[in-house]
Amino acid sequence: MARVIAGEKRCTVNPLKMSQPIGAALAFMGIEGAMPLLHGSQGCTSFGLVLFVRHFREAIPLQTTAMSEVATVLGGFDNVEQALVNIASRTKPALIGVCTTGVSEIKGDDLNGFLKLIRNDHPELGQIALVDVCTPDFEGAFQDGWAAAVTRMIEELVEVPMFGAGLSRRINVLPGSHLSPGDIDELRDLFEAFGLEPIFLPDLSGSLDGHVPEQFMPTTLGGTSLEDIRKMGSSCWTVAIGEQMRGAAITLEHRTGVPYRLFDRLTGLAVNDDLMSFLAEASGVAVPVKYRRQRSQLVDAMLDGHFHFGGKNVAVAAEPDLLAAMTHWLSEMGCTIQAAITTTSSPVLEGIPAAEVLRGDLEDLELRAAGADLLVTHSHGRQASERLNIPLFRVGIPVFDRLGAGHQVTVGYKGTRDLIFDVGNLFMANMHEGHPQTWAPWSCGAHGPADAHESQ
Amino acid sequence: MNTLSAKVQSVFEEPGCATNQAKPDKERKKGCNKLLAPGAAAGGCAFDGAKIALQPITDVAHLVHGPIGCEGHSWDGRGSKSSGPMLYRTGFTTDITEQDIIFGGEKHLYKAIKEIVEKYNPPAVFVYQTCVPAMIGDDLEAVCKAASAKFGKPVIPVNVPGFVGSKNLGNKLAGEALLDYVIGTEEPAETTPYDINIIGEYNLSGELWQVKPLLDELGIRILACISGDSRYHEVACSHRARAAMMVCSKAMINVARKMEERYGIPFFEGSFYGIGDMSEALRNISGLLVERGAPAELLERTEAVIAREEERAWSRIAPFRERLTGKRVLLFTGGVKSWSVVAALQEAGMVIVGTSTKKSTPDDKQRIKELVKDDAHMFDDLKPREMYKMLREARADIMLSGGRTQFVALKAMMPWLDINQERHEAYAGYEGIVALIREIDKALFNPIWEQIRKPAPWDAVAGQHELWIQVA
Repeated sequence: MARVIAGEKRCTVNPLKMSQPIGAALAFMGIEGAMPLLHGSQGCTSFGLVLFVRHFREAIPLQTTAMSEVATVLGGFDNVEQALVNIASRTKPALIGVCTTGVSEIKGDDLNGFLKLIRNDHPELGQIALVDVCTPDFEGAFQDGWAAAVTRMIEELVEVPMFGAGLSRRINVLPGSHLSPGDIDELRDLFEAFGLEPIFLPDLSGSLDGHVPEQFMPTTLGGTSLEDIRKMGSSCWTVAIGEQMRGAAITLEHRTGVPYRLFDRLTGLAVNDDLMSFLAEASGVAVPVKYRRQRSQLVDAMLDGHFHFGGKNVAVAAEPDLLAAMTHWLSEMGCTIQAAITTTSSPVLEGIPAAEVLRGDLEDLELRAAGADLLVTHSHGRQASERLNIPLFRVGIPVFDRLGAGHQVTVGYKGTRDLIFDVGNLFMANMHEGHPQTWAPWSCGAHGPADAHESQ
Repeated sequence: MNTLSAKVQSVFEEPGCATNQAKPDKERKKGCNKLLAPGAAAGGCAFDGAKIALQPITDVAHLVHGPIGCEGHSWDGRGSKSSGPMLYRTGFTTDITEQDIIFGGEKHLYKAIKEIVEKYNPPAVFVYQTCVPAMIGDDLEAVCKAASAKFGKPVIPVNVPGFVGSKNLGNKLAGEALLDYVIGTEEPAETTPYDINIIGEYNLSGELWQVKPLLDELGIRILACISGDSRYHEVACSHRARAAMMVCSKAMINVARKMEERYGIPFFEGSFYGIGDMSEALRNISGLLVERGAPAELLERTEAVIAREEERAWSRIAPFRERLTGKRVLLFTGGVKSWSVVAALQEAGMVIVGTSTKKSTPDDKQRIKELVKDDAHMFDDLKPREMYKMLREARADIMLSGGRTQFVALKAMMPWLDINQERHEAYAGYEGIVALIREIDKALFNPIWEQIRKPAPWDAVAGQHELWIQVA
């Protein structure tokens, strides 16, 4: 059990956290034909856009209501109206997801009311789905915004079934923001292998998996279709991945009666055994041979890899659900979690296998990581990694200085197996080899044997 | 907010800006802030612009007063390089929360400045105001003044809430902060007749270092670069320079003009991109210094360096000319870079088939027109969809643009090169133009194009994969 504490600093140094509006925007980017819209000044959108472009290396659909100083004082109705009309005519989306920001929240714009009025006045908006979500950037963090957007989509778009749930082979999957497009692809294969028909909400694997479309698309290139979202109420189960998705799963259950099962992580052996048992039971299909073999490969990877993980000290900084996934897995491989830093509050934090979890920043990570064998965080950890001369394993968003961030897989037997190889290789590449002086403390002057070894 | 409005107004009335002076009185009062179209806008805010302009000052702490979205999404993302201090790459923000919204963020800000001074002890702290604290009425200037008095070091207010306008306006407001609080506040240890300022150069990817060795050779000292690879002390002493060069078109014209007005430092507008422009810049620098009293022999030495370097650059470009002659280029970038890069590409034999003039002044447009004659389209606002169509129909061989439109080109299977601020290559001076040509050559002749333009076997069986076979 970890003690969860909040930092006392007044100045955040080297931020780990990102804000709610862009977390929500990313969730909308997993919907087919979507255009997310941030209701704020244009910088809010432009910073988020550049961040996602650098991470996914893809064109990012993201618009702004471009609030000026005057509009901010008078209220943003006109700007929201113009933005919706402009987007409708220029990009013809299926859905516009409107996220508030600090600017519009402080003004107190009633976005939900705005959307109703605007729809009445503008028949040309026609079939375009409009979903608003409240995401002030002075509260919460990225994963909270993501979860809020998914919950709002369920409230606005899922139809209540006439005959109750549970008869089809359809299954809803609500992935947390820490799952990559590659993770979604992996899970889709798995669910389909049990003869299930998964609907992912949202589905970044259709939109941000880096493919080359046949024609120009001003909106998202793919993702969950509105039609699929509407029929989520008649699925047999909902699987939520990450504690952040519990609220959305409960909302869906209340609305439609579809029961849910939450997996707080899918990295590691035991948690994937749980998932397999659940899927076998839910589908009535025995675990396919392919996955039995993958389990065996994971077990073998654990055998080969444990030499390099055992006794290693690791400092991890990530959003709560990703932090939980990485720290539990590392600790299951024999590592000690030397420092755990996160961005926002969550029930999973108390269970993290570390003495303490701090809501803080990358300066906190750097201060607590001295002497560690590995840093695990997003690309902004690179400065700390250089200064401390400790290797960095990049996870989460943003990863802007490595290729393939969208295809990093950390779920399932195979994902865990490959993660063991990637992280294990980092440990191996940074092994401290002995030399003639390593075990000869007297040659190092006043240092004792332990110090001499440490100074390697 | 009143002082900020007045400041914004004064920046709009900038007499050094030709565009502005050409307008009738009434229009000028409205400012050059084009109204942004909600739902159809792209581009950064005033805060973004100010940060771009000032963050290259490497030894100070840059503290952003706002919610996490402002600094959390953008820190350590700009390519400005340092030859020494690294503090400018550390992200500092007050990360304000609901508590601050209710009770005001001024005390929070003050304590944040205190923590920075105690932990990092920089020569100065720059504090950036953003939209949310501006809305709740935090008095940035007052907090900075109090902190400055208490801690005995400059704490510079940069009042740039994003909603006051565009990135370009932010550049100018950043310049105003330097003029009001930094420039002229310290004295250099020594001065020489060869001291210059370079204004509006941010040392992206180290471009200043492609130019500096030549200035060093000529004995010309950069007293201050505003702001690429600069130290606080250098900017504070910059009022002692003998002459100045203003680099990035109109971004910091207010700094150049007001320094001329206040301290009698003459300036010229120039560019380091392309052989001709680079030579012209060296000539102008030496010319201005000699006018201000430097020995006239500097002019001869400058001409000798120019002749040597031009010949060397040409001889290094020559091997590429044959391969690149006739290659058609689409050039999409803002303002100054358009015309200065056009000349450079033409030097290598390429043809400009289209260029954007969205951010260009009428002056810029005129220059482009003279350079490209009739063979190019000038687009004011080319929508991505049309851009994609042009590329897909192979009406160009390569596109040069910023990161935003990167994927329009790549998804159309068209070679693309980054020439905006996020780029990783340096293209300034004689060295840089050779590098640019080399990069274009690398992009155009990479073997992937031929492979990826061939259709998948199942499409080939079906028959037509229209264009690419002919193009490749």
